[in-house]
Amino acid sequence: MKPTHSARDPRDLGGPRQPLLSVRELKKHFPLKKTGLGLRGPRLAVRAVDGISFDILKGETLGVVGESGCGKSTTARLLMQLTPQDSGELVFDGLSLGSPGLSLRDYRRQTQMVFQDSYSSLNPRMTVEDSIAFGPTVHGVSQREALSRAHDLLARVGLEPARFAGRYPHELSGGQRQRVNIARALALEPRLIILDESVSALDKSVEAQVLNLLQDLKQAFGLTYVFISHDLNVVRYMSDRVLVMYLGEVVEVASADALFEQPLHPYTAALLRSMPTTDPLRRTEQAPLSGDPPNPIDPPSGCRFHTRCPDAQAICRTRTPVFGEAMPGRSVACLKYEPGSGYAASTIALKEVTHA
Amino acid sequence: MPDMQTAHSPMIRLHDLQVEFRVPGKRVQAVNGVNLEVGPGEVVALIGESGSGKSVTLRALMRLHPERTTHYAGTLEVAGRDVLKMGKRELAQLRGSSVAMIFQEPLLALDPVYTLGQQITEAIRQHAPVSRAEARARALRLFEKVRIPSPERRLDAYPHEMSGGMRQRAMIALALACEPQVLLADEPTTALDATVQIQILLLLRELQRELGLSIVFVTHDIGAAAEIADRMAVMYAGRIIEQGPAAELLTRPRHPYTRALLKSRSEGAMQKGRRLDTIQGAPPDLSRLPAGCAFAERCAFAAETCLGGQPEETRVGPEHSVRCWRLDELPAQGGPVQRAEPVNG
Repeated sequence: MKPTHSARDPRDLGGPRQPLLSVRELKKHFPLKKTGLGLRGPRLAVRAVDGISFDILKGETLGVVGESGCGKSTTARLLMQLTPQDSGELVFDGLSLGSPGLSLRDYRRQTQMVFQDSYSSLNPRMTVEDSIAFGPTVHGVSQREALSRAHDLLARVGLEPARFAGRYPHELSGGQRQRVNIARALALEPRLIILDESVSALDKSVEAQVLNLLQDLKQAFGLTYVFISHDLNVVRYMSDRVLVMYLGEVVEVASADALFEQPLHPYTAALLRSMPTTDPLRRTEQAPLSGDPPNPIDPPSGCRFHTRCPDAQAICRTRTPVFGEAMPGRSVACLKYEPGSGYAASTIALKEVTHA
Repeated sequence: MPDMQTAHSPMIRLHDLQVEFRVPGKRVQAVNGVNLEVGPGEVVALIGESGSGKSVTLRALMRLHPERTTHYAGTLEVAGRDVLKMGKRELAQLRGSSVAMIFQEPLLALDPVYTLGQQITEAIRQHAPVSRAEARARALRLFEKVRIPSPERRLDAYPHEMSGGMRQRAMIALALACEPQVLLADEPTTALDATVQIQILLLLRELQRELGLSIVFVTHDIGAAAEIADRMAVMYAGRIIEQGPAAELLTRPRHPYTRALLKSRSEGAMQKGRRLDTIQGAPPDLSRLPAGCAFAERCAFAAETCLGGQPEETRVGPEHSVRCWRLDELPAQGGPVQRAEPVNG
């Protein structure tokens, strides 16, 4: 494939310090159908992603965690532009998406996604090699070259081309299919890969194999990953930085080690304490959070977490925290860490360490 | 039907249980000689990967597999009664009032066109001669017991109107409707978020204590099992390859497969920048099982002896047994050997 730019490193435009992808005030609401009595009222919407901003740095793995319904997957689909945002901007390596410098087509070639369900994300009527070669041919690569690249990629993901190229998805195991999906994502030589629960459906022993593969490929191809998972152990292992979402908002971003060793946001702390131990003598005695997350159609006022927060004060009900830096390299959206927010400061304990 | 078990006999007794699915041209041996006893008020976790036979074993306890294509052999007793010899009516009696089951996906297990209240009252009236109002009062008490907020209102909710955690609670309430002695749980927390999973595990533990239930808990998640189980049984290719008290099995695993499985989850196993240890290969095809130990071809300690025949169950502790030919040749342990690697951090 011919690179479209002829700079020194043709694909790296902004240099290493320019984030690969800057997400600015991204918002996506899903309007609800009006029914019955609600016909006259204001139109309600599921506020899936409600104005989030963050950067994905070049070469990093950014982990994304949060409960179901917090907007993880909607964020992934917005990053991939599988669904259009209501408002907000994506800046890919210094170029705003949709500007003359970066068309959607160019962007899509550089951003790929691997989904959770390895079976439904492959066309059941296409052989493995055709599935992998399909993208490049659409983007103007000749059929022969695309096929030979597909064979190379199959070898790279640990599937012997001679044995697997002609097979159909139903002839493969879950782990093998997920390898095919990874090979297909790589076929367009992307720079950013979004892994949305990509290993969650696999058995533990197979999961470990695929995680190793992902690490190898990242090295070999100089990739950047967004790694979405509900398995916090795996997120910690894979990620350089971790982003925590709650009800459509980003509540904390930090390096993986800092976040797991010393979570700042009370929600992050509760999430980590919810991980089961493998020690039957140290069983969890009380659930760190009660109930399910509130309804994203009508999120709580003030800080959205105040209804479940163990540290909530009266001010949290009315004042919306601003996402900002609380310590060097650590950003959090919590009134506890906001100077002059009205949160009674005596309870601030930055030293508090919560073990997962 | 009168209760036939006495105080000390097990609630569930499986001896050399075999379950085979016969489809044209193929015989899938999903369960191949499972020995397991579950005492009254005991929680046993069956752990294994997909295809290990854990769910098949669980469903066999209620004979839920299609009768025409499934062949059972061995002993399968629940509350002292032989489940394999039961007729239709006895089975219907067993299901619900002696043994009840909860599933991974409540949205599929619950009927979408009836409210939860209707489903629970129907189950109660099916097994006990009570009025509709009395059944509804019982359903309400069940909803309170499983801690569903505003239970009165939720009884009139349809399954799709509830969140995942609430649905799982509702399904537990439905399972408890006829006061079973045994609760079978098939990956009940797998589809849930960590924050909700721990709530459901704590609820199950509490109900177990309060009602004296025996629970068989099937999961692939060792963490979830450690939170709830008194005893654990690890399955591979349709056999229990190791079982014992949870604390002992987790700290002193003997079988190479159990060790590898635990190692992947132990603290320090997932060190950033280090490759993960994997078990190479894949589990065997259940329609073509090897004559010898089924794990041999993936096992780091396998030898010639392993290929000859099935290893017998060997006792290594009061309640701890292992099926492995090379038990004596395995590296010694003080805690799992593998954890001794210098990676604590």
